[in-house]
Amino acid sequence: MATIARPLTQDRAAELNVLVRKQRSLWQDALYRLLRNKAAMVGLAIIILVGLAAIFAPFIAPWDPILQHPDRNTYDPFWGSPQYIDHRFILGTDQLGRDILSRLIYSARVSMIIGFVPVTLIFVIGVSVGMVAGYAGGWTDQILMRVTDIVYAFPDLLFLLIIMATLRGTDVGKFGGGLPLMFVAIAIVNWVGMARLMRGQVLSLKEKEFVEAARCIGATPSRILIRHLFPNALAPAIVAVSFAIPSAMLTEATLSFLGIGVIPPTPTWGVMINEGFAVFTTSPWPVVFPALCIAVVMLSFTFLGDGLRDALDPRMKI
Amino acid sequence: MLSYVIRRVLLMIPTLFFVALITFVLAHSAPGSPFDKNENRPLPEKTIERLNRLYGIDQPIQVQFALYLNNLVHLDLGSSLVKDRTVADIIGSEFPVSAQLGVQALLLALAVSLPLGVISALKQNTGVDYASLLFATIGTTIPSFVIAIFAIWIFGVYLNWVPFLGWGRGCGPLPSCDWKRMILPTIILSLGAMAFLTRITRASMLEAVRQDYVRTARSKGLREQVVIVGHVVKNAMIPVATIVGPATAGLITGSFIIETMFSIPGLGRDFVLSINRRDYPLIMGVYMLYATLIVIANLTVDIVYAWLDPRIKLSK
Repeated sequence: MATIARPLTQDRAAELNVLVRKQRSLWQDALYRLLRNKAAMVGLAIIILVGLAAIFAPFIAPWDPILQHPDRNTYDPFWGSPQYIDHRFILGTDQLGRDILSRLIYSARVSMIIGFVPVTLIFVIGVSVGMVAGYAGGWTDQILMRVTDIVYAFPDLLFLLIIMATLRGTDVGKFGGGLPLMFVAIAIVNWVGMARLMRGQVLSLKEKEFVEAARCIGATPSRILIRHLFPNALAPAIVAVSFAIPSAMLTEATLSFLGIGVIPPTPTWGVMINEGFAVFTTSPWPVVFPALCIAVVMLSFTFLGDGLRDALDPRMKI
Repeated sequence: MLSYVIRRVLLMIPTLFFVALITFVLAHSAPGSPFDKNENRPLPEKTIERLNRLYGIDQPIQVQFALYLNNLVHLDLGSSLVKDRTVADIIGSEFPVSAQLGVQALLLALAVSLPLGVISALKQNTGVDYASLLFATIGTTIPSFVIAIFAIWIFGVYLNWVPFLGWGRGCGPLPSCDWKRMILPTIILSLGAMAFLTRITRASMLEAVRQDYVRTARSKGLREQVVIVGHVVKNAMIPVATIVGPATAGLITGSFIIETMFSIPGLGRDFVLSINRRDYPLIMGVYMLYATLIVIANLTVDIVYAWLDPRIKLSK
């Protein structure tokens, strides 16, 4: 009688000469949908490329990104007229004679770090606060939601401007080229959206039968939250993260462009635009290249994010 | 309905209080004072003491905050520490420029996005639809300052079609302005909101077309135009109305960057400059003004939404 208990695997199906569709989990299903999405795959490929450039920057950058060649400033890219180019500076130099290509590559580092560190913070804070508020309900929920209401009402870019402008000159702000301050600032402004999202998810999930069942067999609230609710609420959070990453990068670029972001000489795309903008009309290249990088990376993340959203939750379409 | 409106208006007060408190604390934790500009020729001790006393900077911070709040309630925003003018005066002369830019951009965004969204939903999966989706994706994804760089480079420098710096001499919100200078900044500022609104309008239209009342309207023999305009578009505009609030907020913050890039003598540019000059009263004043505007915009939209759509429950 043991044969009855045997699951219907591919081998067993062949034995019985019937067709069986290979079982797929929800996540595999989503992965297949994502892999079929061409735009998302192109986006992912570009992101991986930029990520590799960021990791291996010292090996691929032809020059030190902050090394100045005062006698070789504002050279054109390699297709320029012969008297304004130098074959050693493929994309030309900026007004201080720094190699643009090397600066672009090193900038990718800062962008990637800015994309991942604050978003990790946002994810951890937002998910914990949102889930606890949604599950506990009552006054915990009330307090947490009133706090998010207030943070939500803050005009975010304005608030970031104020945080960066005021704290950038302090010792805390100067630490690490201004990066840690920016991590915290971006996280403070953006965790609220994640918290609201997770709270909504938990509110709708906690009445479902599987949670009821878990409660009946005596699972503790923390176990229910971590083992039952979290995996089920994860899909929208992943989509939110895929949009939070480019948004954090964009924040850095915007603040650096306004001159209150990352502290020079650390190269970032925003810093490069800020430094070159004054003489933009006469020598556009030091500004156009980083602007192009920002545009391409932003589009890549949007395509990937849209793909993830369609793959993970086909109903959630805007 | 009335109690809902009252509750929402009252909720503005703690929000704005916290906005004021946090901004105040941050602005004062910044290093340096506005009077230590020239390190080689420092002002005499006595002068700094007198200046600090004059502007109340020698008081403990909580006293300064209480004074500030009291003044704020009386709409007295103090004087700029750098320019010899009151903050209210500066706002009065510069805000109209920003407001004009913002209103122009909002109107342009609405004028383009609503028809575009409606058309692309009615012609779903055609060339028009794909083109407008592509526009919406690019417009919401690529930041305005990057688009501005390409626009200045192509239209201002390379093709030399439009002048792009400044707002014209002595140019307030008057029709005598050099309107050509407004073209690029207005279009670029509106792009983000335009793209976003297009996307929302299209999605909302597609949702509305599928509703039962549309089928009912068709089956009772209404002409297609009447169904589209009177039933589909009318209902599809409700969610769009809620997005106008955030879109306005986006225009306000976007105007900092655009005004700075195009050297437009508006409040946004001055705000960015005053941050570097540590001009606390001006920073606070502009920040409070913009925060209030954004809070009011969101509030108005929520109330209009509740009024437009009786299906919404005004719970609690």
